[in-house]
Amino acid sequence: MTTYAFLGALEQGFVYGLMVLGVYLTFRVLDFPDLTVDGSLPLGAAVASVAITAGHDPFLALTFAAGAGFLAGAVTGILNTKFKILHLLASILTMIALYSITIRIMGRPNLTLLGKPTVMDAVAALGLPPHLASTALFACFAAAAVAALLWFLRTEIGQTMLATGDNPQMIRSLGVDTDIVIIGSVGLSNALVALAGGLIAQNQGAADVNMGVGTIVAGLASVIIGETLFGCRTVARALVAAVAGSVLYRLAIAFALSLKIGDFSFQPSDLKLVTAVLVVLALVAPRIRKGLARCSS
Amino acid sequence: MLVLDRIVKYFHKGGVNEVLALNGVSLEVEKGDFITIIGSNGAGKSTLLTGVAGGFLPDSGRLLLDGEEITRLPEHRRAKFIGRVFQDPLLGTCASMTIEQNMALAQRRGLTRGLAAGVKAGDREFFRAQLAQIGLGLENRLHDRVGLLSGGQRQSLTMLMATMAEPRVLLLDEHTAALDPKTANHILELTERIVRERRLTTLMVTHNMNQALALGNRLIMLHRGEIILDIRGAEKENLRVQDLLARFYAIKGETFSSDKMLLV
Repeated sequence: MTTYAFLGALEQGFVYGLMVLGVYLTFRVLDFPDLTVDGSLPLGAAVASVAITAGHDPFLALTFAAGAGFLAGAVTGILNTKFKILHLLASILTMIALYSITIRIMGRPNLTLLGKPTVMDAVAALGLPPHLASTALFACFAAAAVAALLWFLRTEIGQTMLATGDNPQMIRSLGVDTDIVIIGSVGLSNALVALAGGLIAQNQGAADVNMGVGTIVAGLASVIIGETLFGCRTVARALVAAVAGSVLYRLAIAFALSLKIGDFSFQPSDLKLVTAVLVVLALVAPRIRKGLARCSS
Repeated sequence: MLVLDRIVKYFHKGGVNEVLALNGVSLEVEKGDFITIIGSNGAGKSTLLTGVAGGFLPDSGRLLLDGEEITRLPEHRRAKFIGRVFQDPLLGTCASMTIEQNMALAQRRGLTRGLAAGVKAGDREFFRAQLAQIGLGLENRLHDRVGLLSGGQRQSLTMLMATMAEPRVLLLDEHTAALDPKTANHILELTERIVRERRLTTLMVTHNMNQALALGNRLIMLHRGEIILDIRGAEKENLRVQDLLARFYAIKGETFSSDKMLLV
């Protein structure tokens, strides 16, 4: 693997780390497998790109993206809690609807940001070389998100979120409306995912409606890799593990792409299969490694 | 005062499995009453408690608490007035959270929750003092996850948590049934003490007739969704298990049957 590929993987790991934190919130904290993320990632990218094209500040564009992601997640939450649609199905419905909405927002399936200001300009102004600048910026975003979530999950509201995922009957009997908690949590999760989408679009210079395909699987793979290698005994540890898992996942992919066995080498299109196999292995692994079973209970 | 006014509840209404779980149950619970509830299989004991807690909307009838109608108030809004302990010791606490986090959640029952710290440093002394009362040494384990505790320890903790924020009604749904006899006794003593000291209005479903007779100031027996016996005061104090069975036979013309009920 070249240094360039290594740095690229690091950069991707941190920016997708925001998405993985979102997946961690739904999948692990809330016990709510949420496929909305496949739609909210391109949604965030589209909203940020359109906002920048319309002349808004790139950082402000990110808050619009996060807001749009929150709404998308809240819709899934409402479908699940108020209309009693199974969480998986509810999230698939939102994901599909978001495909149309994202194209509507952009007015076409993709939108380039060539020559437009992005958040990368702010870091480049500090004098860092471009390939290091984005990595450093995304690492800061990921660290800030971990710190913010850590604080939030210790607040009164954050604690009800943990309790809703663990024992909804108990927390209802203590006066908490679990419907609201689920709607807000899935919203928060998708806000993070859309934020990642907004950053990715600015980094690669374009938003594309298809850029979200497989987001959930990559997210799950990262969460699982993280907790297998770094543990999940405390919330703090699990949050750091989620970002670390994201970085390792991207490194593993970069490694796989650089692999050559005789005439055989992986194509980028093989990665979805590789990831799916990885997730299956990791989900079956608890029988072998007890560490994982503790995380999912 | 809690009033149940002709509460009717069907399960699977209109289907082949239709069950009439509560058949016009009326009950006036006085402030400070400690009512034990017994009944045969499927009598509607748990349904009655779940109905008071707001787990379902009755098909007809009304529910009043201190003159205020609460029939349609959702479960989480009623929780403000109601403390609850379930039969399953795992249901009352969060396994993945620590003892102090669980207690902090219970402390804010019925209050709004914001962005203040979940566990406040100033509350730890209070939590320790509460835990010291139950004599299980939990006061030194505030940071332990609840999942590490035994069923009995968890049920004791739930008992504390249900009564930390003063409930206007305490609901105990066979809360000792899943425990071994020694632990069950410990929980009962704790229950008796907390209810007596704080004069809590309490409804306790039990599968143990002796328990039902020994505890509380009033006893009701349910059968097929109806209250068939309501005994209180001195009359209850002098009652024995045989008397109860005899009265059941006299009313229903059949022998009392329950695969779970302890008759001795």
